[in-house]
Amino acid sequence: MPFPGLLALALLDGTTSGLLLALTVVGFSLSFGILRIVNVAHGEFFMLGAVLAWSVVTTTGSFPLALLAAPAAVMALAVGVDRLVLRPLRYAAQPTVVATLGVLYVLQQLTLLLYGPEARGIAPPFGATLEFPWFGYSGYKLAIAGLSAALLFGLGVLLRGTDLGLVMRATRQDPEMAVALGVPVERVYTLVFALGAGLAAVAGVLVVPVQQAHYLMGLDALLLSFVVVILGGLGSLGGTVAASLLVGWMDGFISLFFTPTLARILATLVVALVLVVRRGGLWDERAE
Amino acid sequence: MGRAGGVNRQARRVWALHLGVLVGLGVLQFLLPPYHQGVVTRILLFSTYAVGYNLLLGYTGLLSLGHALYFAAGLYGAGLPVYYLGLEAVEAFFVGLLGSMAVAALLGIPALRTTGLRFSIVTLLFGQTGYLLTLYFNRITWADQGLTLPLQVPPLLRYNLALLLFGGVLLGTLWLVRSPFGRVLMGLREHEERTQLLGYDPFLYRWTAHLLSGALSGAAGAAYALLFAYVGNAFASVLYSVYPVLWVLVGGAGTTLGPLVGVALVTYAVEAASGLLHAYLVVVGAALVLLIRAFPQGILGSLRDRRWRWLP
Repeated sequence: MPFPGLLALALLDGTTSGLLLALTVVGFSLSFGILRIVNVAHGEFFMLGAVLAWSVVTTTGSFPLALLAAPAAVMALAVGVDRLVLRPLRYAAQPTVVATLGVLYVLQQLTLLLYGPEARGIAPPFGATLEFPWFGYSGYKLAIAGLSAALLFGLGVLLRGTDLGLVMRATRQDPEMAVALGVPVERVYTLVFALGAGLAAVAGVLVVPVQQAHYLMGLDALLLSFVVVILGGLGSLGGTVAASLLVGWMDGFISLFFTPTLARILATLVVALVLVVRRGGLWDERAE
Repeated sequence: MGRAGGVNRQARRVWALHLGVLVGLGVLQFLLPPYHQGVVTRILLFSTYAVGYNLLLGYTGLLSLGHALYFAAGLYGAGLPVYYLGLEAVEAFFVGLLGSMAVAALLGIPALRTTGLRFSIVTLLFGQTGYLLTLYFNRITWADQGLTLPLQVPPLLRYNLALLLFGGVLLGTLWLVRSPFGRVLMGLREHEERTQLLGYDPFLYRWTAHLLSGALSGAAGAAYALLFAYVGNAFASVLYSVYPVLWVLVGGAGTTLGPLVGVALVTYAVEAASGLLHAYLVVVGAALVLLIRAFPQGILGSLRDRRWRWLP
């Protein structure tokens, strides 16, 4: 393939994985911004979405059913985690890190026990290919990009355009004042936490036909969550999307020129240096 | 007068407690069966690592997520010269120690331009870079397979060397956190602006604490490589950056004995659970959730809050 073709493919692939990453990470970012907790177990919601999708598709054969059932189950689980773990700790910063680390191991290892150590994939729900001048691109991947973008847009509308979003933003800005004004802050916390977990699970479902489901896949998602949230500014939706796209593109471009391990070393160092130099993140959170 | 007497009595009580713990650990070696002697040796080395980590997290208020880098720098710094150059163990220990200090001194400069969660992420990324480097140079490190060093330390000597290292580090940090330097670190943890206003340079103090923390972690890594005659890149992985967070928060961040309590509890929880089922981390995870619900400030931290206010 000539270089322009490689470049276009890297750009396209980077956009798809960037949007999917944004969907995976936005819940982590929201719980960071609104609940003010670092949910170390967030990657496991993504992993459970993928594993449950595999189970639903292999038993019923229906991908749309998986796309509804897996996120619903994960959301129910997230409500449980909120009630049994986060709320008793009153969302205090350091204890929740340890507690969610515990949740991470419980979910990950239960998956190992019930699902096993194998990586398993499913066939894409449809196999259309879009022809470009230099290569054909999977129609399913484009659908992933489209659905992720739509969900993120919907979330943006929810946050900016509805009363519910107003309550969420008020809770983020000043939880005590929100309580004083009659906002049921704890209900808002539960809702935000479950919503973020559900979106991560949707990303997990979407990724199985491309990448396979594996019980350790939540860890990479967690690592990237950290990177994206800090790059993008804390708890900002626009910043999360921008940083995710940046990570997606950078991954593609750097791996055009270097071996995979060296590419990852360089990408990691570049992000670290950006963090040191640009103190406010790429996206200034005060703009929101 | 009476108050000064009280302070003195309290200081005596604190030193007596720490010396008592060390003597207890010394006696323990004669009571333990050989297998548990090995386990406790590991606990002592990881406690040294955890004490170094606690200096940063508990006393300076910086949550590093890449400390495995310094443990691994000590591990490889000591292990590789022994394997490839035939260096003596004692010299190799200091090579490992100085190596980890050099890494900490250098990386501290960019990393400590940040604080808070941003610092955690920068260190996470540095730690990840270190892990990837062990993969990139796998012709030298043999990555996860690792290298077995041509050393043999008898178990009793091993136990006592580990105890010597841990004892020195424990008493050294106890002295350090009660010294003016330690007070400045805690001042920075509690209120950066106010401490700065009193004329202390936050960057300089944090950089020094980070360097000391890296040095202790590196010393633990070097000792681990030499005493157990093995280096492998599992010790550079994220898990070994997460473990110290866990140990210190379970035992009690900002308490001198917390790291030992945390390491001992977590290690034996893992031991017990791995006998029950192969996915033993389920039990560890559940225990963690329950423990932190009962003791949000860690075990010794919560005890200090509730009963023994004099615990350092």
